[in-house]
Parts: sequence; structure tokens; C-alpha cells
Amino acid sequence: MRAPNIKARHVPIIATVVVFGLLYAAASMHFRNFFSLRVFANLFTDNAFMGIVAVGMTFAVLSGGIDLSVGSVVACTGIIMSKLITQHGFDPFLTAAMLLAAGTLFGTIMGCFIAFYDLPPFIVTLAGMFFARGSSQIISLESIPLKSDVLTAVAKFGIPMSARVRFPFAAIVLVASVLAGTWIAQFTKFGRNVYAIGDSEQSAVMMGLPVRRTKIGIYALSGFFASLGGVIYTLYTSAGYSLSGMGLELDAIASVVIGGTLLSGGVGYLPGTLLGVLIQGVIKTAIIFDGTLNSWWTKIIIGSLLFIFILLQTWIAKSARFRRSGP
Amino acid sequence: MRQKLPDVLRSPYFWSLLFLAALLIFNILFTERFGVIEVRDGHFYGNIMDILRRSVPTVLLGTGMTLVIATGGIDLSVGAVIAVSGAIGALLARDGYPLPVIIALPLAAALISGVWNGFLVAKIGIQPFVATLILMVSGRGIAQLLCGGQIIKFSDPSFEYISAGFILGFPFSMYLAAAVLAAVQTVTRKTALGLFIESIGVNPAASRCVGINATSIKLIVYAFSGLCAGIAGLLLTTEIRGADANNVGLNLEMDAILATVIGGTAMTGGKFYLAGSVIGALIIQTLTTTILARGVTRPATLVVKAIVVISISLIQSSVFRSQLSGLLAGRGGRA
Repeated sequence: MRAPNIKARHVPIIATVVVFGLLYAAASMHFRNFFSLRVFANLFTDNAFMGIVAVGMTFAVLSGGIDLSVGSVVACTGIIMSKLITQHGFDPFLTAAMLLAAGTLFGTIMGCFIAFYDLPPFIVTLAGMFFARGSSQIISLESIPLKSDVLTAVAKFGIPMSARVRFPFAAIVLVASVLAGTWIAQFTKFGRNVYAIGDSEQSAVMMGLPVRRTKIGIYALSGFFASLGGVIYTLYTSAGYSLSGMGLELDAIASVVIGGTLLSGGVGYLPGTLLGVLIQGVIKTAIIFDGTLNSWWTKIIIGSLLFIFILLQTWIAKSARFRRSGP
Repeated sequence: MRQKLPDVLRSPYFWSLLFLAALLIFNILFTERFGVIEVRDGHFYGNIMDILRRSVPTVLLGTGMTLVIATGGIDLSVGAVIAVSGAIGALLARDGYPLPVIIALPLAAALISGVWNGFLVAKIGIQPFVATLILMVSGRGIAQLLCGGQIIKFSDPSFEYISAGFILGFPFSMYLAAAVLAAVQTVTRKTALGLFIESIGVNPAASRCVGINATSIKLIVYAFSGLCAGIAGLLLTTEIRGADANNVGLNLEMDAILATVIGGTAMTGGKFYLAGSVIGALIIQTLTTTILARGVTRPATLVVKAIVVISISLIQSSVFRSQLSGLLAGRGGRA
């Protein structure tokens, strides 16, 4: 019954890989032209901002927390960036760097509330969500176009994959974010602390791990990736709009869960999150290819997938508990 | 004296009531015609009536949410359930079905949604946040599917009575909320149910040891939360005489959770305060009305809301309280 080299905590990520493979194969067989380099590259490009945001979200979820503010941080970043560059003539790169710092600071402040006052992450980041959304609407209710030749050039940059298809800038940033996230999670002290807190905060405290500092770091990191997602989203749409990124936090959480991270914390891998993002991307692209299905099917299918994955996770958690308490 | 004061300060209702009172006093002083209540066609009108009427959906949702949070859970799906029940109600009303059917079917659908959540949480053992996230994501999709992606309009005076009707000068919806609240208060406080709910939230293991059936109680609270969302859905749908699956009840789950937390019920579960949640809902609505009446644009509401949420959470945090009392007393000593 028990396979030799597969641990229970590896099952969710294996399931994620299998689901992605099956979905991609099914879509490739069903639709002509789906199995092409261009569609594959577009999977990355179209979902780059969501994936980048989901990298930060993975850390919050791994620690047993949540970050609801990411969608509005994306909107806020976009609107400030467009306003400063287009209307005030700021240097594009300096603005982007400044916004990344601002996003990190925003996350740090939320992390401080969570770490020092033991407030639930749900409530603190909900307040953060209201704050960032409100601020972006105060700055401008209208969409502001992004006008910058340098940034347009950057957005158009890409690594050639074939004669006509390039792996674009947004996709490169996505892959780099996932790689960086994986490195932080797997090979740094901070990453090990995140897993430890997610597994059992009480034990982490008793072991003398810097729980508070780690928690602040987690939300700072999530804030950083959210603002990076915002910068990429602004490049992607060439505009900042105060209502963009509505419900993005839920898509990101869904990606993390479908990617095999347990919402109770402590178990999960960053590359899984990327697959979770790509699975959602395949579903969306397939629905567009089909043409007859409406967009609300995306929601229903993603909801069903979530359900299946959560059932799987619960089953694993139960069997692991059984094994631990068994003889 | 020194013994008495902290007791008042520690009362679950003190800070929220103080805040609500401050908001109302501010309005009466600075907002023109705020306290005025007029009688028009035998109905009461005015800003305060408006706040009461508009907070009814949040009060309804908050009632269900309070019980769910008391068990240590959360129900994110209420906004989506509102969309589903509203969609079904609007479709039935458009096609001219009799009133009992128009009301019963959406409520049944909402109840089923709640039972589904409860089943996932209590029977399968999925974390409440995740279990209700499923319906939150797919529920709105289902509602859009039912409506065919369109806004369903209807005209049915007997159905619209839910939001437009008046009894003795007060809107019917207020009686509806009061009835639901009174029923819940009676059932939870006159029977052991309230105690059971709290004990599950405080210590699930211990309450299982004393023989409390957590599974059925969780099923009941989630089912009830679904039902509350169903009623709110009918109310919101009749208000605009149409079902807008995309937007109806959007983010209302957040307001309901906020109302509960502001009211003093901790998100970790345990003791719950229904009256506190009502005060919380009133605070949220008064805040919105105040800001709009001040001529400040809608976006600022969100920023103010964020600040209020953080301040109230801080006041309720024991760490912050001891820091504050340490600061005030000069020494951090506590009795």
C-alpha cells in the first residue's frame, strides 16, 4: 500500500503535477493550436502578476497566516506608478524601485501588528486591503495610462524561444520570483523558520526561534512580491487603475492551495504554487479557445478543483495523523 | 474606585458602544439635519432611520457569522450565497411564481449551501477558511450561470414588500432582523446551545470529552449562517428589483466578519456577543453614512474603515491593553 520513496507531504505536489499534465494534455488534444510554444509562453505572461503575488502569498500560507491585501496593493502600486511617471515625469526605474520599497514597508507594518499584538492576520491584512484600495481610489478614480518609452521597451524585451516566439519580460520576472522564493524557502534560515511556525507556532517559540522577526519578514516579503506584481501588471496593461486586482487575493490563495500547500501551514513548495497558477491559466485559456463557454465556468471549475485538492489534503493530513499515533 | 473602573473598560460592549456614541454625537453636532426624523406618509424618514435600514443585511449576516466564529470557524461564502439566493428569487419572481415559492426556494438553496459548508467543516474536517472559500469562489459563478450572465429584472409588489414594506412606520426589514435576532438570542441563551457553541470554540477537545456533539452543532451554525445570507439575499435583490450576480453582496462577508470582531467576539472562537455584532454592524453603517454626509468621497470610507478596524482590534488585544495601562500607570503591574 505504501509506496517506498513518497512521503505523505509530497502527495499534494505530485497531485498538482499530475493535474497540470492531464489538463494541459487534454486541452492540447481537444483544441488545435493549443500545443504551441506561443500558447505556452502566454500561459506565463498572462498570469505573471498573479504568479508573482502568489509567491509572496505562499510564505504567508506556509506560516499558517494569510495576506488579503495583495490585490489592492497591486492596484495601489499601479496607480501611483502611472501617476508619477506619466503625470509628473519621474524616472521610471527609480519609481519602480521606490514602489517596491513602499510595498515592503506596507507589509512590514502589517507584520508588526500581527507579530507584536497577536492580532489575527486575517483582520490586519483585511484592514490593509481596505487601506490600500481606498488610497488608490483617493489618488485617482480614473484609469491613468502609463507613458514611458523606456518601460515599453522593457516590457517588450524577451528571450527568443523560436523564430517568432519570445519568452517575455513579465514571464522572466515570474520565473525569477519563483526561483528566488524557492531559494528563500528551502535554503535559508528564514525559510526553515517559516515552515517551523506553520507546523506549530508554540513549538517554534519553545525552540527559541525568532517567531516575531520571522512573521514580520513574511508579511514584508508578501508586500514586496505584491508590489512587484503590481509593477508587472502595470507594464502588462500599460495603465494604472484603482479597481484592478479585485479578488486577486482569492485567485492567489487558490493557486497556493491547488499548488499543494496546506492552508494549515507547514507543508508546501514554491514551484507547486507556479503550477497552481499555470493550472488556472490553462483553464482560462481553454475556455477562451472553446469560445462557447462563459467566463463564469472558470470560477466553477476552479472552485471544483479547489474542492478536490482540499479533500486530498484533508485525507493526507488524517492518514499522517493516524500513522503518527498508530503503533 | 480603582477596582471598578477597569471592569467597565473590560466590558465587551464598552468600547464599541463608546465609539458608536461618539460617531452619533459627532454627526448630531456637525452634520446638518442628522438627528431629524420626519414622518412622511406615516413612515419614519431621516439619516438615523437610513442607517438602521441599511445595516439590516450586515446585522443578518453578522448574526450567523457570530455563531460560526464562536465555534472557532469563519464563513467566507455568505456574499456568494446572497448572489445565489437573489438570483433564484429574481428568476422565480420574473416568471410569476406564487410568493411562497419565490421565498421558499432561495432560502432552501441558501440553507443547502450552509449545510454543505457545515458538512465540509464538521464531517470532513476541512479548515473553515478553506471549506467556505470553495463556495465563495464558485458560488458567484453558479449565480451567474443561473442568470445566464445577465441582470434579471422583475416586478412583483408582494415580493418587494421585504425591502419596501412598512409596519407602524418602520421598515419591514427591521422587524425581520429583529425577529431573527430575538429567535437566536432565545435559542442560544435559554437553551444550552449557546454554551455548547462557546465550549467548542474555547476548547474542542475538552468539549468532546464532556460529550458535546461538535459535528451536529457546527452543522447547525453553518446552516444557519447560510440561511441568514439567504434572507439578506432576498432583501438586497428586492431592494433593486433585480439580481446582479456579479455585484450583489460583494465584500459583505468582510463587513459581517468585521461587525462580529468589532462587537467583541474573538476570531479564535469562544464567547460570543450577538448585541456586540449588531453594534458592530451599526458602527460600520454609521461610519459610511457619516463619511458620505461629510461630502468626502467614497474611497476615503475604505481608509477610515481600515483605521477603525485596526484601532478596535488593538484595543481588544491584551498586549496593547497592558502596554497602555503600563503607560498610564507608569508601571506595567497588573492585579
